[in-house]
Amino acid sequence: MSASAFNRATPYIFLLPAAVVLAIALMYPVGYMVWASFLNWNPSQRIGEAEFVGLANYARLLSDMQFRESLTVTLAFAASVVSIELVLGVGLAMLLDRKIRGMSVLRTLFILPMMIAPIVVGLMWRYMYHPTVGIFNRTLKAIGLEPVPWLSDPGWAFVSVVIADVWQWTPFIFILSLAALQSLPSSTMEAARVDGATRFQTILYVKLPLMMPVLIVTALLRMIDAFKVLEVILVLTNGGPGLSTEILALRISRTASEFRELGQAAAMSNVLLLLLMALTAVMFVYSKFTEMRSRRQVA
Amino acid sequence: MPKITLAGVTKRFGALEVLPPLDLDLADGEFTVLVGPSGCGKSTTLRMLAGLETISGGEIFFDGRPVGALEPKDRDIAMVFQDYALYPHMNIARNMSFALRLAKTPASEIEKRVKLVADMLNISHLLHRKPSELSGGQRQRVAMGRALVRDASTFLFDEPLSNLDAKLRGKMRTELAEMRGKLHKNMIYVTHDQVEAMTLGDRIVVMSEGRIQQQGSPEELFKKPANMFVAGFIGSPSMNFITAVLEGRGQETFAISPGLCVPVPSSAAEAAGGREIVVGVRPSSIHLEHPRGIPIELRVVVSEYLGAQTVVAARTPDGTEVLVEIASGRRFCAGEAIIMQIVPEDILLFSKESGLRI
Repeated sequence: MSASAFNRATPYIFLLPAAVVLAIALMYPVGYMVWASFLNWNPSQRIGEAEFVGLANYARLLSDMQFRESLTVTLAFAASVVSIELVLGVGLAMLLDRKIRGMSVLRTLFILPMMIAPIVVGLMWRYMYHPTVGIFNRTLKAIGLEPVPWLSDPGWAFVSVVIADVWQWTPFIFILSLAALQSLPSSTMEAARVDGATRFQTILYVKLPLMMPVLIVTALLRMIDAFKVLEVILVLTNGGPGLSTEILALRISRTASEFRELGQAAAMSNVLLLLLMALTAVMFVYSKFTEMRSRRQVA
Repeated sequence: MPKITLAGVTKRFGALEVLPPLDLDLADGEFTVLVGPSGCGKSTTLRMLAGLETISGGEIFFDGRPVGALEPKDRDIAMVFQDYALYPHMNIARNMSFALRLAKTPASEIEKRVKLVADMLNISHLLHRKPSELSGGQRQRVAMGRALVRDASTFLFDEPLSNLDAKLRGKMRTELAEMRGKLHKNMIYVTHDQVEAMTLGDRIVVMSEGRIQQQGSPEELFKKPANMFVAGFIGSPSMNFITAVLEGRGQETFAISPGLCVPVPSSAAEAAGGREIVVGVRPSSIHLEHPRGIPIELRVVVSEYLGAQTVVAARTPDGTEVLVEIASGRRFCAGEAIIMQIVPEDILLFSKESGLRI
């Protein structure tokens, strides 16, 4: 190898160890999962002993009513939590984007739920939702209302897990929205005031459009997270009653551990992965698009 | 167009008083320039007029009507901001029409007014662009346009030209002066640039440390400055101040400083109130030759050739720095000793203690 060719190769040689580690640590499990999804594989078998069934696992998913139910629950869950969290988070940010004494303390309090481990959040809410000793039903009873079957009724159970997730993750949207709001140019808001915009019109016509790039990315991040949520629901309802709160992540974990169908679980994981990749692609395309637009504007 | 009155208006941030009680009357249809160094309270005053800043005391009247508690939109004002403050997500047409759309003006009327103003400001070809696609000068025009479309009775300008480069600033200044002639509106303009103040203002209000130092026409401020601050602030290069000692010689009194001897009327000598007096001379009032000139001894420090004129920085024998602005033609060497002539009518005298003109 000539000296110049060697020089040119140097950066790649330095990159090689990292690339190898990445390939093994990232690609190997994914490849393993993709391969497993083509097998009829029981945990008692070694992977080499499993029978190759081609796309049969995927074909079965199409007709599997329970999987479809799970997918629907997941989509409904993600859509509800993300939209509620967006409205609450952005609303809170608008309310707290001002100079009030003790604001920093208030802000810290608001983001506290995000710092708690999900499993703890699940346990906490399970106690609060408890039909007899939980704070909610005791309060309802104290003011003379009927207790609510928080976790035992399919409809209420879904609402309950949504409430718990909203409680934990609204702060995420809140802090990002607040940061976005505070980075908006103050003179533009003043110009809107001089132009005759009310507080509400300023939010609607100036603040929200200017925050939009941040909000879209935030919503996508939350969406991806919501698709993968497991612990809180596992602790709260374990997917029940019936399949009312059995989101995809939970279904996958049960398929693998309870039903001992590793191939089927792998196929489900791949479907989830594809869904998430599609979402990520949307995010990527969006950021590329805005970047391109701003570059064109500078030129 | 309302007559605007500020009566004892003050501004405090907590315990800090940034603006002591301020009284100011702005006549109908006048172009008023508030000028002063940064931190003198001129922008705060403008923002209080706009309603963007609350007033801590006193009251603002538009035609006798108190407006201190009103929102900006209820004051019939339009404002041009220093950083333009355009709406980045709207195109130029929508930026200009935002206020009209909020006021639910009919679409045909909006279109007509935007077109009229855009034609006037030469920005018709930019209407479909976003602010980020425009140059600084174009954004400046759009900001003006957005204010003009409103057809408000009072226009407020907060250092609108200070983000532009020197050449463009000169051009925009000329255009503003032209626009002023056409509009006949109340215009209140804040700047730290005395050249802008002199070229644009019908009336200039010079402020320093929250207080009005003097107000008047550009000529008044230039020829009859009330005190040393105004004298030094207005005019470029700024006025030379030479401290001199009063000395009676026979019937006459002279202000004497090394290298300079200026006759002082006895009334002025009395008004000085002490043994010392400050002689103020504009750089343009010192010449190489003058038939009735008062001689001043100078030693050249550096000479700056500016094309049409040369600015010479020199020192008197006691080290006071003196700037001289003369028509180019003669070159000066550093260290050169020279005797120049001051035009006697152009000499101003100031009290050493109070800084007031005598």
